[in-house]
Amino acid sequence: MIKINNLHAKIEGKEILKGLNLEVKAGEIHAIMGPNGAGKSTLASVLAGREEYEVTEGSVDFDGADLLEMDTEDRAREGLFLAFQYPVEIPGVSNVNFLRTAINETREHKKEDPISAKDFMAMVREKSALVELDAKLASRSVNEGFSGGEKKRNEIFQMAMLNPKLAILDETDSGLDIDALRIVANGVNTLKSDKNATIVITHYQRLLDYIIPDFVHVLYDGKIVKTGTKELALELEEKGYDWIKAELAN
Amino acid sequence: MSNYTENELAKDLEDQEYEFGFTTDIESDKIPKGLSEEVIRFISAKKEEPQWLLDFRLDSFRKWKEMIEPEWAHVHYAKPDFQDISYYSAPKQTKKYESWDDVDPEMKETMKKLGISMEEQKRLTGTNVAVDFVMDSVSVATSFKSKLKELGIIFCSFSEAVQDYPELVRANMGTVVPSTDNFYAALNSAVFTDGSFCYIPKGVRCPMELSTYFRINEGGTGQFERTLVVADEGAYVSYLEGCTAPQRDENQLHAAVVELIAKDNAEIKYSTVQNWYPGDKNGVGGIFNFVTKRGICGTNSKISWTQVETGSAVTWKYPSCILKGDNSIGEFYSVAVTNHFQQADTGTKMIHLGKNTKSTIISKGISAGKSQNSYRGLVQIHKGATNSRNFSQCDSLLMTDECGAHTFPYIECKNSSSKIEHEATTSKIGEDQIFYCKQRGIGEEKAISLIVNGYCKEVLNQLPMEFAVEAQKLLSISLEGSVG
Repeated sequence: MIKINNLHAKIEGKEILKGLNLEVKAGEIHAIMGPNGAGKSTLASVLAGREEYEVTEGSVDFDGADLLEMDTEDRAREGLFLAFQYPVEIPGVSNVNFLRTAINETREHKKEDPISAKDFMAMVREKSALVELDAKLASRSVNEGFSGGEKKRNEIFQMAMLNPKLAILDETDSGLDIDALRIVANGVNTLKSDKNATIVITHYQRLLDYIIPDFVHVLYDGKIVKTGTKELALELEEKGYDWIKAELAN
Repeated sequence: MSNYTENELAKDLEDQEYEFGFTTDIESDKIPKGLSEEVIRFISAKKEEPQWLLDFRLDSFRKWKEMIEPEWAHVHYAKPDFQDISYYSAPKQTKKYESWDDVDPEMKETMKKLGISMEEQKRLTGTNVAVDFVMDSVSVATSFKSKLKELGIIFCSFSEAVQDYPELVRANMGTVVPSTDNFYAALNSAVFTDGSFCYIPKGVRCPMELSTYFRINEGGTGQFERTLVVADEGAYVSYLEGCTAPQRDENQLHAAVVELIAKDNAEIKYSTVQNWYPGDKNGVGGIFNFVTKRGICGTNSKISWTQVETGSAVTWKYPSCILKGDNSIGEFYSVAVTNHFQQADTGTKMIHLGKNTKSTIISKGISAGKSQNSYRGLVQIHKGATNSRNFSQCDSLLMTDECGAHTFPYIECKNSSSKIEHEATTSKIGEDQIFYCKQRGIGEEKAISLIVNGYCKEVLNQLPMEFAVEAQKLLSISLEGSVG
């Protein structure tokens, strides 16, 4: 699905990613954990195509295509989805209008006809139920006046609507209470198939009780320094990151 | 990742031509340039006007000569040379069109390009827009006239109204915008050539949108039209106005006067989509749009102005309401977009005279390129206007680092029972918002259009359906390639 090879990236002259390697196959869920400032969100931004970041070295193969050569919108249309840590508000633009535009732009890219209003609304009903998103929120302006939890649920709702090949969840658990966490995780699990993959970026092990990862990676100082299974997450929760830093120092 | 597309795209769009920049090749009757009493007498004679109207023109002209062109607006331009303008240009076709079939094929083609398909309208039943088309100085075609007549509604060109309903015109013309009101209103009063006239009788609710389409075609001319809308007691009308002009290197002058009269319990909704040629990306050419629009409200009546301003090199325009009758309501909804070197100084005046009068002002300015966009508004509550209320909201959106947005709100309140609220915001279009849209697969141009339309939603919602779609498209076109 995605193969990241020796990725280096900097912002404002400062190198954040320093030779990152990661391969995610279809059907897998990978968790990326790591201390503050390790480069977790940078990785998500670089993959999504945020322009402030400059890739200086390395390659990213996304389903056979060179991801780094693609424009942000084409990456999305080809099935890369980023659930934002801080979803953006767009006043005056209804959630449904926003999503319909997004879906139709993707369909146009794939030379398909626009979705019919009937099919679209049926899909809205089905997918909003998945994350227990109030139907009223679907017709409100994108994220405007949404609570923190609603914004995160809205991200997963959008993910369900767009049905991506690869979803990157950037700290989707931050700011969620336990009920919202369960709802969000349930949404992600329901959407899981052997054709798509998920990268979960998180600080805490808590989310991984609900979304069971196949692999857990530790990102530290711009590189993946340790890879394990879900037990690694528990170990990190218990012992913190210092022992890994110590291991690396030796 | 390559940055090629964005730069290329921005460049392509910059060079993109103004969609309505064509000229129509029809013979026209155009008098030599220059302004004098003779010219005014010529225009008046050409239109076979009664003596009182000629007197009105000459009186206005004498007063205009004493007046000085206003300079208080936040716009800079080379003042027009009033002797270098031709004040009368008419498509050469002396007889008045009796039916659509008589209209010159070239003219029909023009209208088709502009999206005014009267033929289609004729065919379709249940359509709800009646159109008056004014090219250069004269009105060339008005549709649905007979159908409206059955209800007693008069909707015709101003010239026809002068001939057929002289008393109605005489009694109302100049009562809201006196000829001495300002420099451009005086000029218009002296040399106006045509425009639209509309009268809705007592208690009649006009069943369709009335629409006038203004078009400047000839070079070296100015367009000076007058619109007069009278809604008698308890009447209702929704009126639309659209404007385009060919692409020329010269600056052409458009100085119109619009007067609205809403008698007791009447309501007038007046919507404008202004898309005069804005000049090119270097600021060459474009229309000078100096317009005086004002309405007066009787008791319990309502006047609502909605405007989407995307064209013109320089705009100077303040559609206003005089809330004379008790409980009357004035509204002003505006979207003004400026790009490249366009300058707009626009807003409204709400003059509260009657008791319990209410006014609402929603202004959305969008500046791009190196343009300057100003909101200028006056809320004046007089002593007798007890318990009056005003709510104003002025938002500015900046698309680049080189443009300007300015707000000049004037507030005068002379009694203690009234309430005035003013809110204002200025923001730059968010890179975060654009990135968010792109990450969902929405391209940059579409993203900007989505964000801007969302920003203007409160105003666009006020437009009649047919117009709202056109306005949305226009906003997107005006702002293409504008984020910097």
